[in-house]
Amino acid sequence: MDRFIYADNAATTKLSKSVLDKMMPYLTEEYGNASSLYNLGSKSKQAVESAREQVANALGAKPREIYFTSGGSEADNWAIKSAAYIGAKKGKKHIISTKFEHHAVLHTLEYLKKQGFEVTLLDVHSDGVVRVEEFIDAIREDTCLATIMYANNEIGTLQPIAEIGKICREKGILFHTDAVQAIGNVPVNVVDDNIDMLSLSAHKFHGPKGVGALYVRRGILLDNLIHGGAQEFGRRAGTENTAGIVGLGAAITDAVNNIENKTKITSEICSYIIENALKIERSRLNGHPTKRIPGTINMCFEGIEGESLLLMLDFKGISASSGSACTSGSLDPSHVLLSIGLPHEIAHGSLRLSFSEENTLDDAKYIVEQLYPIVDRLRVMSPLWEKIKQNG
Amino acid sequence: MYTEQVMDHFMNPRNMGEIADADGIGEVGNAKCGDIMKMYIKVKDSVIVDVKFKTYGCGSAIATSSIATEMIKGHTLNEALQLSNKAVVEALGGLPAHKIHCSVLAEQAIKAALSDYYRKNGIDPEPIVGKITECDHDHCESCSED
Repeated sequence: MDRFIYADNAATTKLSKSVLDKMMPYLTEEYGNASSLYNLGSKSKQAVESAREQVANALGAKPREIYFTSGGSEADNWAIKSAAYIGAKKGKKHIISTKFEHHAVLHTLEYLKKQGFEVTLLDVHSDGVVRVEEFIDAIREDTCLATIMYANNEIGTLQPIAEIGKICREKGILFHTDAVQAIGNVPVNVVDDNIDMLSLSAHKFHGPKGVGALYVRRGILLDNLIHGGAQEFGRRAGTENTAGIVGLGAAITDAVNNIENKTKITSEICSYIIENALKIERSRLNGHPTKRIPGTINMCFEGIEGESLLLMLDFKGISASSGSACTSGSLDPSHVLLSIGLPHEIAHGSLRLSFSEENTLDDAKYIVEQLYPIVDRLRVMSPLWEKIKQNG
Repeated sequence: MYTEQVMDHFMNPRNMGEIADADGIGEVGNAKCGDIMKMYIKVKDSVIVDVKFKTYGCGSAIATSSIATEMIKGHTLNEALQLSNKAVVEALGGLPAHKIHCSVLAEQAIKAALSDYYRKNGIDPEPIVGKITECDHDHCESCSED
């Protein structure tokens, strides 16, 4: 067993060598504090500002609209709380979101509910896509914010962001999107998509961990996240993570330039797996068949449990993930799989494979080859499979 | 996350399968919670001469059922009754805290098979075996819904 296939790029990606090379000087000789006056400091400052420009360019935004954060979760928390406070000042305390957002969004909304906000979570239907009509129906006089993810992290489905953004703009509702899974997978333009706030994270597109960004459209007053310094336009104090920020700038530039190439590779891989793995009886693809980011697939195999499946795949050198209760660390399977209407017992048998441009069609063939005997083996052991077969 | 012993029993489960003419069959857990264990025992002169299991569940569910079968095979019914989940955990060199319930399930599966054996022999199992809890997820919403 020498083979190693990394098929969990929706969890994190490998830092690219060229990104690391661009970061290295700022981890070594260019150690100046970006707030310092002398040359060493101003070099760091220039690096940070040039990365801000790179992130802005990647999104169709202006550098002044980009705030660096520690990652996607921080950006989500910051955006949602800020928008909620803006709303509350005008007496608007209703927020629209979806049932299958990342917990960074859902738990922030739970927190706001305790502060007197009301939250409507839209259904995402069996295909994992929000309906625009239902969004319109959910709008109230006191709706201050809509936060809807660009692409779902577990099943990869794309949401009608531009349409919802347009409606929000017309109604004067702030629109935030968690685009952590979208950047580098599909083209994202904050102007075309009518986005007011957008969260992203560097490590999802071959950048470093611990750094992300929040785009905030000019004119929207962001709440102070960390007090104590002038960094990030006085909104988030603390000496900049220069190397991380430089890494983010380099990674996002590469990622958006590489979308076409990556799509070509990952769609070929995913099509092969969907076509061949779904020949396994009682298996299914979760989420819309086409409205999805090209590199992420989520499947269920009835009668088996996801963690066992992952352990056996790992034994064969394949790194993947599952939405089973055991792997979610709770007693219930993933809220995303439940939100698309899967019963618990089927959701427990889920497998998410997510690819990058570093994967090959050969990887796909190897995965399918291993999947067949593993699913068989677990089913032979499974009293649940016995019941499923008996009931036809 | 798992010890070597857990991985060994998961990858090479002992006594996996069914016994066609079993003297006792016990099944615990449910699909909604993500684990079901089924135990088959063959009894001769109050000794468990053969035991097989089938498990739907995570790595530790499979490993605990496997090792539990080893721990009761060739032992008397009374000895099997004494098998505690703690002994199962110890034999596996430990389990992560959130997987302890798998060992409870293994203990319950054996007790369920013993109960079935007593019942088939016209003996009321409850005074001997005690009550079998279908699922130990007392904090599990999906279980309490059922």
